[in-house]
Amino acid sequence: MSTLVLVLLTGVGLGALYFLVASGLSLIYGLMHVLNFAHGAFLTLGAFMGFEVARRLDSTSWWAFAVSILVGGLVGAGVAALTELALIRPLYERHIEQVLVTVGLAFAAVALFEGIWGSDPIYIQAPAWMRETTGVLGAQVPNTYWVLMAAATALLISLVVFLRYTRFGTIIRAGVENRAMVTALGIDVRTAFLLVFAIGGSAAGVGGVLAAHYTGYVSAHLGSTLLIFAFIVTVIGGLGSLPGAAIASVLVAVLQQFANYYLGGTGDIIVVVALAGVLLVRPSGLLGRRFA
Amino acid sequence: MSAILEVEGLHASINGQQVVEDVSFAVPATGITAVLGRNGVGKTSTIRAILGLIDRAGEVRLAGERIDGLRTHRIVRKGVGYVPEDREVFGSLTVEENLQLAVRQRQPRRDLVDSLFPDLVQRRRQMAGTLSGGQQQMVSLARALLNDNRLLLVDEPTKGLAPLIVDQVADALEEASTTVPILLVEQNLDVVRRLATDAIVISDGRVVHTGRAADILGDEALTHRLLGVGVAPAAGGAR
Repeated sequence: MSTLVLVLLTGVGLGALYFLVASGLSLIYGLMHVLNFAHGAFLTLGAFMGFEVARRLDSTSWWAFAVSILVGGLVGAGVAALTELALIRPLYERHIEQVLVTVGLAFAAVALFEGIWGSDPIYIQAPAWMRETTGVLGAQVPNTYWVLMAAATALLISLVVFLRYTRFGTIIRAGVENRAMVTALGIDVRTAFLLVFAIGGSAAGVGGVLAAHYTGYVSAHLGSTLLIFAFIVTVIGGLGSLPGAAIASVLVAVLQQFANYYLGGTGDIIVVVALAGVLLVRPSGLLGRRFA
Repeated sequence: MSAILEVEGLHASINGQQVVEDVSFAVPATGITAVLGRNGVGKTSTIRAILGLIDRAGEVRLAGERIDGLRTHRIVRKGVGYVPEDREVFGSLTVEENLQLAVRQRQPRRDLVDSLFPDLVQRRRQMAGTLSGGQQQMVSLARALLNDNRLLLVDEPTKGLAPLIVDQVADALEEASTTVPILLVEQNLDVVRRLATDAIVISDGRVVHTGRAADILGDEALTHRLLGVGVAPAAGGAR
C-alpha cells in the first residue's frame, strides 16, 4: 500500500514538473502554431541563473530559494520575450522557419551553457526541509514533490484566471480559435504572441529551478531531457489545450512511475507507446484545441 | 460625390493563386454599395484583400489616405468595421466576450447594438458557439457596429439565414447605413434591391460593371448576363 501511494504521489509530482514545461509549449502552439524547441533552453537558463543567485545568497535558506524561483521566472520570461522579438517575429506566419530557428537556438544554447558551466552536472543545495520526506499513508514522500505540486497548481490556477478574466486572456483564447479574425477586430495579435512567449518562458524558468531541485543538480542538458516529455505530454493532451496538458502531464508521469517500478524500469518506453496509442486512436489528443 | 474608399489596380492571391485581378472601384461616402457576382468570382477575396487578410498589391485609399501597406489591425483601427462571411464569431467565448473584444473606443455604441439586437442582451453569458446562425450573425454585426467606423465591409450577412432573420439583418444594415457607408457583398438580390444605392459587379476577379443598383437590377438582360440569374420581382426567387 505504502509503495503504491509513493509511486502515485511521485508520479503526480513529476507530472507537475512536466506541466510547468508543457503549459508554455501548449500556449505557444495554440496561439502561434509554433512548436518551440527552444523551450528547454529557457528552462535550463532559468535553472542556472536560479542556481547562481541561490549560491551567492545562502542556498539552504528559504528566502534564497524564493529569490531563485523569482529569478528563474524573470530570466525565463525575459529570454523568451527576446526570442519572440528577435527570431520569431521576423518570420511571422512562416511556421516551418519559426520551428527551425527554435531548433537552432536550442542547440546553440546547450553549447553556450556547456561553455559557461561545463558539461558535468553541478550539484545544488536546498533548504533542509526540501531534503526531507513527509509520511502519507505509510509512504515517505520527498518534500520536493510537494513544492512541485504546489507550483504547478498555482500556475494552472493563475493561467486559468488570466485566460478567463483578463482582456489579454480573452485575446489569447480568441486567437487560438481564429487569429485572423482577432486582427480584423483591430487587435495587434503580435502583442499576444509576445505575452504567451513571456508567460511560457516564465513557467519554464520556474520549472528549471524546481527541476534542479528535483534532480539535485543543474546541467546544460536539463531542459533537453524534460522537453522531450513535455512535448509528449503536450501532444497527448491535445496541442494547444491547457487543461489537456495538465491532465496528460499527470497521466503520463504516473504511468511512467508505475511502469518504472512495477515493469522493470520501462517507464520511458511505456510513455512512447502511450503517445503512439493516442496518436493512432485520437490524433488530436485528449482535449484537442480547447482553452481554459 | 466623394468616395470613402478607392480601390485601384487591386490584385490578390491565395497560396500563389490569383483570386483578384486588377480590380478598381470607388465606394461613395454614403449609402450601401453592393458587390455582386456569381459564386467564386472574387467578391470575398476583394474584401479580404482590402483588409490585408490575404496577399495583395495595388492601391487602396480610405478617405484619400493610402492603407494598402498597413497591417490588418491598423486598417481596422482607421475606422473600418468588418463583418466576415460565415460570421466568424469566437465560439468558445461568450457573447459578451465577443463584443468586448471588438470595442475600440472609450464609449462603445452599446445602446444602438442593444436596440438592434435585443436577443443578444439576454444571451450575454452564452457561449457564442451555441447560438443559432442568425444570432451569430447578430454578434458579428454587433462587433462592427459597437464602434464609430468610417466604413463597414459586410460579407454575405444573410447567407444561410431564415427569411425572418434576413429581414432583421437587413433592418440592422439599413439603420447602420444612415450613419456609415457600407460595402456589402450579398447574393440575396431582394436584400440588395432593398438596401443598395450603388452596385459593383465582379466576374472572374475583375470589375465588369458599376452603376446604380436599381439600374442594374432593373435591367433583366443585363442582370442575367452579369449575374447569371433571372430577376423575378420580390416575391419570387431572390437569386
